[in-house]
Amino acid sequence: MAFDSFQAFMVMDGHGPYVWACYAAFFLLLGGLVAWSFSQRRRLESDQRRQLKLEARNRQQGEPDGRSRRKTSEFNPLN
Amino acid sequence: MNSEARPIIRPLPHSTPLLPAMWAVLKRDLKVNFRQLQDTLNPLLFFVMVVSLFPLGVSPEVAFLEMAGAGILWVAALLSTLLSLDHLYRHDFDDGTLEQLALQPQPLYWLVLAKTLAHWLVTGLPLVLLAPMLGVMVHLDGNSAAILCLTLLVGTPVLSFIGSIGAALTLGLRSGGVLLSLLIIPLYIPVLIFGTGTVTAAAEGAPVGGYLALMGAFLVLAMTLAPFASAAALRISLSNN
Amino acid sequence: MWQFFHKLGSPKWFYGIAGRWMPWLLWSGLALALAGIVWGLAFAPKDYLQGNSYRIIFIHVPSAFLAQSVYIMMASAAVVTLVWRMKLADVFVKSVAPVGAVLTFLALFTGAVWGKPTWGTWWIWDARLTSMLILLFLYFGVMALGSAISDEKSSARAVAVLVLVGVVNIPIIKYSVEWWNTLHQPATFKLTEKPSMPIEMWLPLVLVVLGLYLLFGWLAFVRMQTEILYRERKTHWVKTLIQSEGVV
Repeated sequence: MAFDSFQAFMVMDGHGPYVWACYAAFFLLLGGLVAWSFSQRRRLESDQRRQLKLEARNRQQGEPDGRSRRKTSEFNPLN
Repeated sequence: MNSEARPIIRPLPHSTPLLPAMWAVLKRDLKVNFRQLQDTLNPLLFFVMVVSLFPLGVSPEVAFLEMAGAGILWVAALLSTLLSLDHLYRHDFDDGTLEQLALQPQPLYWLVLAKTLAHWLVTGLPLVLLAPMLGVMVHLDGNSAAILCLTLLVGTPVLSFIGSIGAALTLGLRSGGVLLSLLIIPLYIPVLIFGTGTVTAAAEGAPVGGYLALMGAFLVLAMTLAPFASAAALRISLSNN
Repeated sequence: MWQFFHKLGSPKWFYGIAGRWMPWLLWSGLALALAGIVWGLAFAPKDYLQGNSYRIIFIHVPSAFLAQSVYIMMASAAVVTLVWRMKLADVFVKSVAPVGAVLTFLALFTGAVWGKPTWGTWWIWDARLTSMLILLFLYFGVMALGSAISDEKSSARAVAVLVLVGVVNIPIIKYSVEWWNTLHQPATFKLTEKPSMPIEMWLPLVLVVLGLYLLFGWLAFVRMQTEILYRERKTHWVKTLIQSEGVV
């Protein structure tokens, strides 16, 4: 160990705030990026599932290819 | 619209040879610009106004202006060029002339080169001619002003050529002008650094031949490579619409 | 070899391969990176010049290194897009640009914060930080252009052109900024330049760099899978996939 105590580890001879701010930013930003990527994926999947259900319902109601003749807008969850 | 198959130099038989074609494009662009002087004058007025912002906003003191003058002029020239890039392709794009240019038997590379040269003649060159007057406003001494004009003379064509890539990439997009600036400014930074650095070196009495040669190298690089990217980007933008 | 390229033309094939590789990349990346970080933070000796603040190096250098590598990877993908018109290459560029931007920002942030105990200011216009800032601008430009063009094919090719123009400019920018820096400042000692870093310092650094590379690979695959699902959403295999399973 390069430090005598946990206290010393936190304080780092006065450089603690800088070092810990950097490591916090590192984990927070990269973690946030990962979380955002997964949430994009989840949103896409739920939107597509909803879309498929809609198409299945439309097909039941007589639209041959599942597309409603009424206007539906499809938006891109990735934008 | 596939120019990769065509050799660069030899045009098809029975079509206009390359240099006259380029000259025709250059002449046409110059004529069009002189008919619509507003497009040419606005960036110049912008140049003058931006230069005045610095004494007004920071400090009119001689000491500050002497130190910052070259940089102020260069930044203003850069911003003014960005403004002027919008009309490099847009008018031709809107009325279909650009498509015609892309369909010519001559490789688009050369026609783009000619267009960009025309653009520099009506936007960059006037900046160089205005610079001495503005140099007086920022208290640049004679030697520095002369070197500044020289760096602008070599540097503004580089700005036009690099800028033409951005103009081609953002053609027809809604966010056009600002997006163009966002894309191009990082690429302008080396020119800015050396343009102003040369003047600083001159003010300290150091020889500037090397720096001017380096800027000349930038110019050669830009003139030879940028039209490739511009032509490719133009074809992409044309196929997009 | 040729077969491999041929397969890469199929988003569906890539989706499957990515799914199989992801756990390996994730766990090996985490293991290496965390090991390196813990080692560097708690076990590496104090630097005799900078004290403990140098420990920021264990995340600054990997971030900076990766930020630049990612751009080079994007440039290679851009060539593939323009020459071979491979969709997957554009999927890579679009998925990975935000990651590169975040890494660049991290490099800037950690570099700036490191500057405070070292030089006394929060920001310094030195060659490295300034080049990183310009790289961040290049990333933003790529992201902005990509989202501004709605047609997928045109967007792919326009972004590819922009990335290549940027990559050609990167050495020029670096050289200019370094020269500019020598004009305006006396030679300050560079952040990581030491004639020889003791092994207890550079070994954890190497671990974090490798770990971060692997983690980047994992995240790139995650994001590329999402992008593929979106682009191929009308195909049968995607529809079946979405209806049958959950996330990941």
